[in-house]
Amino acid sequence: MSLPKDLKYTKDHEWLKLAGDVATIGITKYAGEQLGDVVFVELPKIGTKVNAGASFGTVESVKAVSDLFAPVGGEVIEVNEALIKAPETVNADPYGAAWMVKLKLASASDASGLLSADDYQALIG
Amino acid sequence: MHAAAGARFVPFAGYEMPVQFAGLIAEHQAVRTACGVFDVSHMGEVEVFGPEALAGLQWLVTNDISKLVDGKALYTVMCVANGGIVDDLIVYREKADRYFICINASRRHDDVAHMKSELSRFACTVTDVSDAWGQLAVQGPNADDVIASMTTAEVRDMAPFTWLDATVGGAPVRIARTGYTGEPGFEIYVRPRDAATFWDALMKAGKPHGLVPCGLGARDTLRLEMKYALYGNDIDLEHTPLEAGLGWVVKLDKGDFLGRAALVRQKEDGIARKLVGFTMRDRGIPRQGYVIRHGGKDVGVVTSGTHSPSLNAPIGVGYVPANLAAVGSTFDVVIRDRAVPAEVAKTPFYRRDER
Repeated sequence: MSLPKDLKYTKDHEWLKLAGDVATIGITKYAGEQLGDVVFVELPKIGTKVNAGASFGTVESVKAVSDLFAPVGGEVIEVNEALIKAPETVNADPYGAAWMVKLKLASASDASGLLSADDYQALIG
Repeated sequence: MHAAAGARFVPFAGYEMPVQFAGLIAEHQAVRTACGVFDVSHMGEVEVFGPEALAGLQWLVTNDISKLVDGKALYTVMCVANGGIVDDLIVYREKADRYFICINASRRHDDVAHMKSELSRFACTVTDVSDAWGQLAVQGPNADDVIASMTTAEVRDMAPFTWLDATVGGAPVRIARTGYTGEPGFEIYVRPRDAATFWDALMKAGKPHGLVPCGLGARDTLRLEMKYALYGNDIDLEHTPLEAGLGWVVKLDKGDFLGRAALVRQKEDGIARKLVGFTMRDRGIPRQGYVIRHGGKDVGVVTSGTHSPSLNAPIGVGYVPANLAAVGSTFDVVIRDRAVPAEVAKTPFYRRDER
């Protein structure tokens, strides 16, 4: 499994892509594989403020329920509505079409301390 | 051997169990459209034999064992005195004085202790033979083609809940026309020493018929679409078979049995809560343990819930007060602090002839 190098990762298996003060967030391919076939995604409303480390939504496979944790704090400025109708995209295209939310960062320093692709790869083995 | 087939394992009742191979939904669909095989070797097996084996079993279980003939089996539950369910089981008659019983792995030790205690005053012997048997369930519309190609026995003609001993794929097995999926198929008891040989023969014979190794995840979605009860989820010592919708295996007129008085009383008093199947009217997947709420009060609990691969929709089962048990009744399921409306559905949720 090769991880996109331009993304940052968390130990909770989220990925994050930074562009200025906007972070796009999703979950990793590994997370999707561990969950199994994803059949349900619940995402926050636009305008919701989330703290770093807090749950911002839920992803469910047939068997399991898993919280989504915000890698950084910020305000939700965009939500992937298409994903709610096609949750299986989380397994099929985790780093592309299955992005979940875009957050406007509360503070730029928030994103420090996230894992590089190599660090995350070492974590999942 | 399953690790070679790409299995992911989880611990279950002390056993390492394959939870999925190719992916739960793919496995589920294979069973509905072709066939799948489940390794359910964790299931327990018990032999009851002796001159009073029949009388003992008639006391022990709620269904009428006297209706069995050699080569037939039946589904039943056994209860404690207050009507709570000790386990659900399948009883196979070998001879008038000899029975082979399949029980749940998670209940094995409690079941055997219960059976030995309750049958101690009958002239019969209870033997836990779980370690002497493995079990593979071959299920799906193509299951007959697969098994028929592996044996000279007339397996296609087998009626539901019949069984026979035969040589299948070169191995001596006990093959039963039973299952837990709602599809045609077999549950096949095999000796551990023959299991690897039989598995290999089955994989080879199954290939042209689309046979797929399946994990316990698919087994759960398949059984839940049929509203088949799972011990520990939908049935337990806290609920009676009448509450669980298993009144059809309770034969109150067969003579006295353990739990009968309590079940008669419950029937006379009216059954206050019932196990129902429901679908969701809004987004959300019900899960075991979620609260059922009605009129601002917590009135019940979800005992099993999942996303149904066949219906591509959430389904659930749970106990509700009798006045909310009719098809079309509505209540809320509390999903992460949100009350999501649900509606009692006709069950089974899935019917073969409607696809």
